[in-house]
Amino acid sequence: MNVMPCASQWEELIRPDRVHGSLYSDPAIFEAELQSIWYRTWVYVGHESEVPKANDYVLKSIGPQSVIMTRDEQGKVNLLLNRCSHRGNQVCSYDKGNARSFTCPFHSWTFANDGRLVGYAFPDGYEGQDKSQLALGRVTRVESYRGFVFGSFAAEGPTLKEHLGGAAEAIDRLVRTSPEGEVEVTAGFLKHRVKANWKFILENECDGYHPAFVHSSIFGVADSAIGKLYGGASTALTRDYGEGHTEIDLRPEFRKRDVPMSWFGTSSDRLPDYTARMNAAYGEKAAREIMIDGTPHVMIFPNLFIAEIQMFVIQPLAVDDSVQHVTALQFKGAPDLNRRLRQQTMGSVGPAGFLLADDSEMYERCHRGVLSRNPEWIFLGRGEKRERTDEAGFKVGHVTDEVPSRGIWRHYRKLMEAQ
Amino acid sequence: MLSRESSATLLNAVTAFLYKEARLQDEHQYEAWEALWTDDGVYWVPANGADIDPEKEMSIIYDNRSRIALRVRQLLTGKHHTQSPQSRLRRLISNIELLDGQPGADIAVGSNSMIFESSLRDDTIWAARNEHRLRYVDGELRMAYKKVTLVNNDKAIYTLSFLV
Repeated sequence: MNVMPCASQWEELIRPDRVHGSLYSDPAIFEAELQSIWYRTWVYVGHESEVPKANDYVLKSIGPQSVIMTRDEQGKVNLLLNRCSHRGNQVCSYDKGNARSFTCPFHSWTFANDGRLVGYAFPDGYEGQDKSQLALGRVTRVESYRGFVFGSFAAEGPTLKEHLGGAAEAIDRLVRTSPEGEVEVTAGFLKHRVKANWKFILENECDGYHPAFVHSSIFGVADSAIGKLYGGASTALTRDYGEGHTEIDLRPEFRKRDVPMSWFGTSSDRLPDYTARMNAAYGEKAAREIMIDGTPHVMIFPNLFIAEIQMFVIQPLAVDDSVQHVTALQFKGAPDLNRRLRQQTMGSVGPAGFLLADDSEMYERCHRGVLSRNPEWIFLGRGEKRERTDEAGFKVGHVTDEVPSRGIWRHYRKLMEAQ
Repeated sequence: MLSRESSATLLNAVTAFLYKEARLQDEHQYEAWEALWTDDGVYWVPANGADIDPEKEMSIIYDNRSRIALRVRQLLTGKHHTQSPQSRLRRLISNIELLDGQPGADIAVGSNSMIFESSLRDDTIWAARNEHRLRYVDGELRMAYKKVTLVNNDKAIYTLSFLV
């Protein structure tokens, strides 16, 4: 039986250029991660556009816990735990809807969509009971950034803005792709389950070393220009924003091409309506720059991956069981772009996606692989000698270098040692 | 309205077509499977229910004819890692019914399928409702439309990289 690791063990398990295989496979470490990461730090939960109207709700999660994201009658977004305060029964069993209240089917306790207990059956048995003590559990802190709603179970700690740090700028860049400056999450989610530890997914999102090999089957037949972005001669960068956030910055390559919408494999003349709206919103010069740079490829620790045209939410269920929730990014005021984003997303990701089926195969094989303990280590030293610091003070490296993984593990160790 | 006799003949032809399609899929005969499609074929595996609008919401697969061809070409590379080694598959097709269609339109067929997949990850059972629209092209039945509604398509599902 494994025991809970103590602080000094993290130093042993996490070295600057290598991490121990047990970090992915030990159930005790997974339990420690739930406490020190998932139930403490800021975790992405949902997007405000998923509950546009008063009383809308959508079922979300933080790790294995079910969370109801509601918009109450006052318009405030709440993150409520899907657990009756009476006997623990789940009060909500539908993925989404519109409801002023949730009635537990077990003993008919009824909760308002802001979490308050408003009534229970046969109340004479609860004489003198203070109902305010029996509300639904809530995610302790809720904050949103440009519509992205995050929750933290820690009463105190960094603000969301402090947590996002430099990565907030990547979200700023993302929303500028909309002529109205807003992302919408309206296309529904594909839910792709993998029998692998969640950190294989987390680390792969900004791993620029694998695409040429894992995705060669589709790059070869689809006449895709993506492969070159991840080649040895690419000028694209990997970046460690700190706080566990990482990025693949493809802008240097897109700026070399100097063609608006090339980042999306298309051109302005195929998206005349979008181009006109962008020009009107930002002015031709700024619009052109935005449409050359494209959207970011950024992994917000621990679970929000913005992957240029889609977004993934990583959910850990158990040490070897994870779900990737994925949907097409949709930009307010950009219907012609949005249609293509949905089509491209459906082709590339999800259980039958041309790209993600192969990524997920790697996650599962890696998970089985690390059960072998010779060598004991995952080696993450690629590009360590050529790492440098950019103008903003963040570590950057070649697009194929393991700057992101090293950054993730530095932050991970800090969080785990703080337990 | 078809006579009872011609209806039975059509059901036989349709059943033979579905069995053949199933065998080609189980045995990874990708090109032969692709040849079953009409030029305007649509291959649809919805997510989150049976009645979503695939033009507005995410589907697991929503391929037009050129994307069906791309899917097959990727499988044929032999470097689509999730299918090398290939899943070992056997599926049962049952409950085949001719569905009401407009006269002169494609032949609408409903069926159920249960698929046993053995892959590196594990053994997985898939179950689905299928809706085909078939058409005679040069005297041979072809698929113009195939919708596969997985029973558990509202849940998180494992990689589905074989031809379902």
